[in-house]
Amino acid sequence: MRTLILTLILLVCAVVSLFVGVADISIVDIFHWDAEKLALISISRIPRTAALILAGVGMSISGVIMQQMTQNKFVAPTTAGTLEAAKMGLLIFLIFIPTAGAALKMLFAFLFTFIASLIFLAIVRKIRYRNVVFVPLVGLMFGGIIGSISTFFAVRMNIVQDTNAWMMGDFSGILQGRYELIYLSLPAIIITYLYANKFTVVGMGEDFSRNLGLNYRAIMNIGLFCVSLTVSAVVITAGAIPFLGLIVPNVVSLLFGDNLKKTLPLVALSGAIFLLLCDIAGRIVIYPYEVPIGVTVSIIGAIIFLILIIRKR
Amino acid sequence: MKGIKKNFLITVLLLLAAVTLYLFYNMGSNWEFALRLRGVKVAAIIVVSCCVAYSSVAFQTLTNNRILTPSIMGFESVYLLIQTLIVFMYGDLTFQVLSGWGNFLLSVLGMIGFAFLLYILIYKKGKDNLYLLLLVGIILGTLFNSLSSFMQLLIDPSDYFIVQGKMFATFNKINRDLLWPSAGVLAVLLVVGFRTAKYLDVLALGRDQAINLGLNYNRMVQLFLVIIAILVSVSTALVGPITFLGLLVTNLTYELFKTHRHDVVIAACCLVTAVTLLSGQFVMERLFHLSIPVSAIINLVGGLYFMFLLLRVRKL
Repeated sequence: MRTLILTLILLVCAVVSLFVGVADISIVDIFHWDAEKLALISISRIPRTAALILAGVGMSISGVIMQQMTQNKFVAPTTAGTLEAAKMGLLIFLIFIPTAGAALKMLFAFLFTFIASLIFLAIVRKIRYRNVVFVPLVGLMFGGIIGSISTFFAVRMNIVQDTNAWMMGDFSGILQGRYELIYLSLPAIIITYLYANKFTVVGMGEDFSRNLGLNYRAIMNIGLFCVSLTVSAVVITAGAIPFLGLIVPNVVSLLFGDNLKKTLPLVALSGAIFLLLCDIAGRIVIYPYEVPIGVTVSIIGAIIFLILIIRKR
Repeated sequence: MKGIKKNFLITVLLLLAAVTLYLFYNMGSNWEFALRLRGVKVAAIIVVSCCVAYSSVAFQTLTNNRILTPSIMGFESVYLLIQTLIVFMYGDLTFQVLSGWGNFLLSVLGMIGFAFLLYILIYKKGKDNLYLLLLVGIILGTLFNSLSSFMQLLIDPSDYFIVQGKMFATFNKINRDLLWPSAGVLAVLLVVGFRTAKYLDVLALGRDQAINLGLNYNRMVQLFLVIIAILVSVSTALVGPITFLGLLVTNLTYELFKTHRHDVVIAACCLVTAVTLLSGQFVMERLFHLSIPVSAIINLVGGLYFMFLLLRVRKL
């Protein structure tokens, strides 16, 4: 029932997202078969809406996996250095082999995120004092360090402002032919859905999951693989979108509980809805210009997250 | 204790050597000019070193770990936001509109105000969880960073270099008028800081033990948080942000001086920081020919060292 309602909301948001923009397009134009406007829709509007939905679903699902694997509600791509690692991969690619193709770019970003996630998990396992807030603090420090290494190279190449611009989460540059990499997150999302329960078990610890007959290492690696694939695909197509993986799962778990099989579809749908709404808001606020989605999500996300952690105790 | 004395002596000698090398290396014909220029930098390095050393050591004791530094709490984000906002509003007129003093005061007050608001917010809610305070600080910092990046997107690329100049700490354009007042503030705080260093020894035992030993835990933590906020703000406003310097030097100090007496550790850490900064500055000037900010080098080295530490230790 809830799933159905959320799906309906998502559909409405998606349709609104299709018809918001500088060029004035209304549903009537589709029925009139206005060729110019249809072209606009298929080149710009549909890719943008699709990318938003995929990014919203992907980032919030990644958040859920990371939270399950570390058994910590405050771990997400933003607080585990994952976003910073993807940035670093992209930066290194752009500095050393800028002319190579998009597939290689994806590979770079993916490898960096994957390695960073491995390191982060290794660090988390060492933390003896399992304060809920301490783990994300360490993750944020970790991210800061990765960031400082990237900054070193960016300064050397004199591209600090450009990197800044590339990394700012923004869907306005999404056009047909330039965003398809984001579909790579689709298999990751499906795998996550199938493995959801196993990630929870793995989060309970190595011994516990062995006891239940699970291959701990394999499941852990599958989880990291999915997260890295999704995050790097989103960062490459749209830039960094902070907080999404953090707040969507937390709000959903506050409202609907923690049974992953039941809540995972809700997390996915809410993530997409949240991102679509933020994007629509960003497009309307200073119309005909746009506020990048990185900014809108970060403002709304930071406020929600602060409310969450201050109320929690 | 004997080993500590020896190490202390060695560090002092190292610092003297570093200062001498920095001041007199390749002076050229106009030695008076060179000496005055370099003297100011050395003075600024010493002021910043003491600020960073005291605030980092005290902060790590309060939070009971060696892997955090106070600057991640959002101070630097506030600083960058203020600097970006100024350039965003005035563009290349920035320097005409706002004097060095004005900018300094604005930044210091902004950062201290931010810290106090944060402290009041958390303590008023009756939540004396320091980690919570940090997390809220970092989240606000991330928010400020997003706002700064958004404005930086819109700034004219040539004006952007004003902002970029502020993003990295540098000792090359120290404002002499600001150096002495900063040193004054630092001196006062250091006197207070050293007299209260013994309480840090007790706080290091942890909250419960400290209360058990008769310390007013919350009052003490608040006192140190205030000192830390002022020190970080002054040093950041004076030269700019060096996020991972504190991390690098505190861990180096604990490696070299295996003691937990805070008066010793803090004094030693000031020396280690000054040596680190001086050598960083020297390398930057002679090897990289000023092409890269000293803070970028130190953040790189500090970051890599930190990763090494994290991966090497068994337990955190």
